[in-house]
Amino acid sequence: MAERTDSERPVVFEARGLTRVYHMGEVAIHALRGVDLDLYAGELVVMLGASGSGKSTLLNILGGLDAPTEGTIRYRGELLGDGGERELTSFRREHVGFVFQFYNMIPSLTALENVAVVTDIAREPMAPIEALRLVGLEDRADHFPSQLSGGEQQRVAIARAVAKRPAVLMCDEPTGALDSKTGIRVLEVIEQVNREVGTTTVVITHNAVIARMADRVVRLRDGLIDDIDHNAERAEPASLSW
Amino acid sequence: MRALDHKLLRDFSGLKGQVAAIAVVIAAGVMTLIIAVTSLDAISYGQRAFYRDHDFADVFAELKRAPEYLAGRIAAIDGVNRVHTRVVAPVRLEIAGFDDPVSGQLISIPGGEQPPINSLHLREGRLPESGRADSVAVSEPFAEAHGLRAGDRLRAIINGRLETLTVSGIVLSPEYIYQLGPADLIPDYERFGVLWMNRRALGRAFDMDGAFNSVVLTLQAHADPEPVIAALDRLLADYGTLGAYARDEQVSHRILSQELDQLRVTSVILPTIFLGVSAFLLSVLMGRIVRNQRQQIAVLKAFGYSGAELIRHYAILTAAIVLVGVVLGVVLGGWAADWVAALYMQYFRFPETRFEVRPQVITLGAAVSGAAAMLGTWRAVREAAVLAPAVAMRPPAPATFRRSWLDRSRLRRWIDQPTRIILRNLGRHRIKASLSVLGIALSVALLVVGGYQFNAIDQLIDTQYRKVLKMDAIVHFNDVAPERAAAELRHYPGVEHVEPFRSVPVRLVHGVHDYRTAIEGMNRRPVLRGLIDRSGVDQELPESGLVLTDYLAEHLDARPGDLIDVEIKTGHRRTVQVPLAGVVSEPLGVSAYMARPALNRLMREGPAASGFWLSLDRSAETELFRELWDVPKVAGIGLIAQAEADIRGYIEDTMLGTMGVMLLLAVSIAFAVVYNSARIAFAERERELATLRVLGFGRGEVAWILVGELFVLTLLAIPLGWLLGTGLAWILTEAIEMDLFRIPFVISRQAYAMSAAGVLAAAVLSALLIAPRLARLDMVTALKSVE
Repeated sequence: MAERTDSERPVVFEARGLTRVYHMGEVAIHALRGVDLDLYAGELVVMLGASGSGKSTLLNILGGLDAPTEGTIRYRGELLGDGGERELTSFRREHVGFVFQFYNMIPSLTALENVAVVTDIAREPMAPIEALRLVGLEDRADHFPSQLSGGEQQRVAIARAVAKRPAVLMCDEPTGALDSKTGIRVLEVIEQVNREVGTTTVVITHNAVIARMADRVVRLRDGLIDDIDHNAERAEPASLSW
Repeated sequence: MRALDHKLLRDFSGLKGQVAAIAVVIAAGVMTLIIAVTSLDAISYGQRAFYRDHDFADVFAELKRAPEYLAGRIAAIDGVNRVHTRVVAPVRLEIAGFDDPVSGQLISIPGGEQPPINSLHLREGRLPESGRADSVAVSEPFAEAHGLRAGDRLRAIINGRLETLTVSGIVLSPEYIYQLGPADLIPDYERFGVLWMNRRALGRAFDMDGAFNSVVLTLQAHADPEPVIAALDRLLADYGTLGAYARDEQVSHRILSQELDQLRVTSVILPTIFLGVSAFLLSVLMGRIVRNQRQQIAVLKAFGYSGAELIRHYAILTAAIVLVGVVLGVVLGGWAADWVAALYMQYFRFPETRFEVRPQVITLGAAVSGAAAMLGTWRAVREAAVLAPAVAMRPPAPATFRRSWLDRSRLRRWIDQPTRIILRNLGRHRIKASLSVLGIALSVALLVVGGYQFNAIDQLIDTQYRKVLKMDAIVHFNDVAPERAAAELRHYPGVEHVEPFRSVPVRLVHGVHDYRTAIEGMNRRPVLRGLIDRSGVDQELPESGLVLTDYLAEHLDARPGDLIDVEIKTGHRRTVQVPLAGVVSEPLGVSAYMARPALNRLMREGPAASGFWLSLDRSAETELFRELWDVPKVAGIGLIAQAEADIRGYIEDTMLGTMGVMLLLAVSIAFAVVYNSARIAFAERERELATLRVLGFGRGEVAWILVGELFVLTLLAIPLGWLLGTGLAWILTEAIEMDLFRIPFVISRQAYAMSAAGVLAAAVLSALLIAPRLARLDMVTALKSVE
């Protein structure tokens, strides 16, 4: 693929002045304090930050899991969050794939069925088995989550996320609960999906090593963007180690 | 099949322990409804059909003797449809192999034919052939009690003459659905029977040729019985009538109606209590099960499932559980209702009953259970669904705990860490803990309601037979006997003490209320008969004035000092006003009392008696009865011990049968509730408990956190449950007062103890069932996975 500059790729997300305040028990937490960020089609962005830096909050808001306290997001030029809960639900249903740190499998469903839960409600999805093949787990289709290792569960989670052919893939600490070898295998799958399907991918992590596989690296600190780096070249996940 | 449907199936089978427990709660609620309504339906259908098909009379009158031609004038009364005159006479019977005195009622039928009113239902054989004088049809319960079949013989003393009668057939009569002897409260099929005989033969035996002493009428549709009764009384005034009366005063009809009324009340109250409790528990349980899947709900939301789709998903799960419960409830309820109805059929004899569970009843049961379950589910799903998925997916924020007075008090040193966790948890989740306590308390309350009647009925019967009826036997005479006959009776074998009584049939009227009963005249302080007040203390009869059973005084809305109109229905028939002098409290029957001399004055007679109470040396009983039976004046001998056994049997069969089923249901509900609370508490706390294990707490200590909490909840629930149960029992007691008996509102210590023991046993059993799960607690996975 020819190297393109940011301006050549269409903008998928345009976030302006995002703030988010949580009330946990008796404490008010300012998770985001005014974030501006654009995401471009097909790029792989790694967001780095310590815990509490606001990276998960930003990902959740971009993915339509949460709404900002203040600020706006445009998705492909359309203002997001105006239509409230109903609009966010259909936004997630049609455009976003999620991968979580703790896999969040439905324990009573097999690997295949966990993927089908998403394809059942998507428009023109992949066949669930095809999605599993993409992550190399087609032979584990009939296993329940309790019969899969953590890495396998996470790969099923990725299959589940990409099976609906989302425009954007949101990965929240996808390797956080895994050992490095398994983690790299998972990153390979994410990189492969990004490369082959062209899905805009956001990976958040506190592991700086992972940043080397990104097109761009966004660093957050205390709810603000610290800086944004462009990698001249994306590193192969296999070459990473931690 | 969609993946979500797979989840449904797997969740359903994965929750099978809880599904079963919840289904039991639903089934119990539905069962009570079905038992109550279906047995009520069966009995009232039996009654309606029997009355309709066998032309049950609307108006009845007994008299001394009237010429047959009066029938035409009776038929001419406005509103009368049909008239049937007949001869009714008492008879004494002797049955081979049965030593006790047996009395009976002979009723005439037109020669060889069905009477036009109160026609008979033939069970076996046929009616006496026309012209036969020695042939009788016999009532079914009496025939069953003695094993009589068509063709068998029995001996009868008819108007002093001994005759041998042949049984032509076995019959049922709408007049004797509840076959009660004249002096009895409870049917005694061995010692009282009804026989039907040709009119000509019976007329001859009692000198009633061309005359009658009983008349029954049916009315034209919508005719008011009151003017007909008044006209009939005027027509029969010169013929010694005891006063005509409508169905509501006919003994069998009245008792059957009251039983139906009572069933109608319990068919509302008991299912309301049970279904209400089960609905409440259901909504709490379903809510907690769904809340347990909060994170799965969040994930599904994150993937784009809408709130409505999720509610639908859990609604189907709920519906499936409710369906299991309802099916179980309908099947078991139908079976139990069949059994309960059969108990009643021993006492109420119908040719046919229709046994059918009405679809509306099933619908009602399913709707109440379904709605309650859905409410709980809906609230829990909504709670999880309104949260932004990102928030829901995180474990809930650590709840705010505060140091309580316990931490500051001296007690603190005595409380170990796990116990502190229990207390803080309960203190923090006050609403959840209160709901659990309320749920368990309700099952304690059901146990109290289910159990209290067993003791209450014992007390009822003990009061009646130890404190009120202290005699051993009652001898009734055909006619009024002089008081001095007592001296004669004293010489019979085994007789220890004799006391006379005078019984006068009356109608008591006070304002708009009236009641037919008999005034019992007795010594002012009888030895063999107690007159007790509410606290069981014996009272003396006033020199003059009327004393009523408190239930009757209430029915007449009369207070001491009020004047009561007493219509005397025998002898010098007239109406006099007698002041109400006091009330007595008796659990059985509805009677009025006076000092015997005052009653004799009222009757304008000398010191006369209707019969005598005897206390006996029981070893001479058989000999005594044989000798007494040979006295022609003796109309009947009542045995108190027999009556006590009969009434105990009746109440045990009908009421306690039903209550036994209810108690069983209460036990199942108690277990289901406690077990489910334990299971859900375990699911909610699995991670926390595993963490404690990781931190070095022993298995026992960790188990204590769960089990201890369960027991604290149960212990808190017991006193509350007693309170609720007492209230429910009071409602039930008030609701089922009737002429036959009033259940005293006494809840014994045993009933309270039993309910507490029941729910504690349920707690222990639940703890034992949870124990293996605690032992298997997987520390590593429990900590790794958020699910």
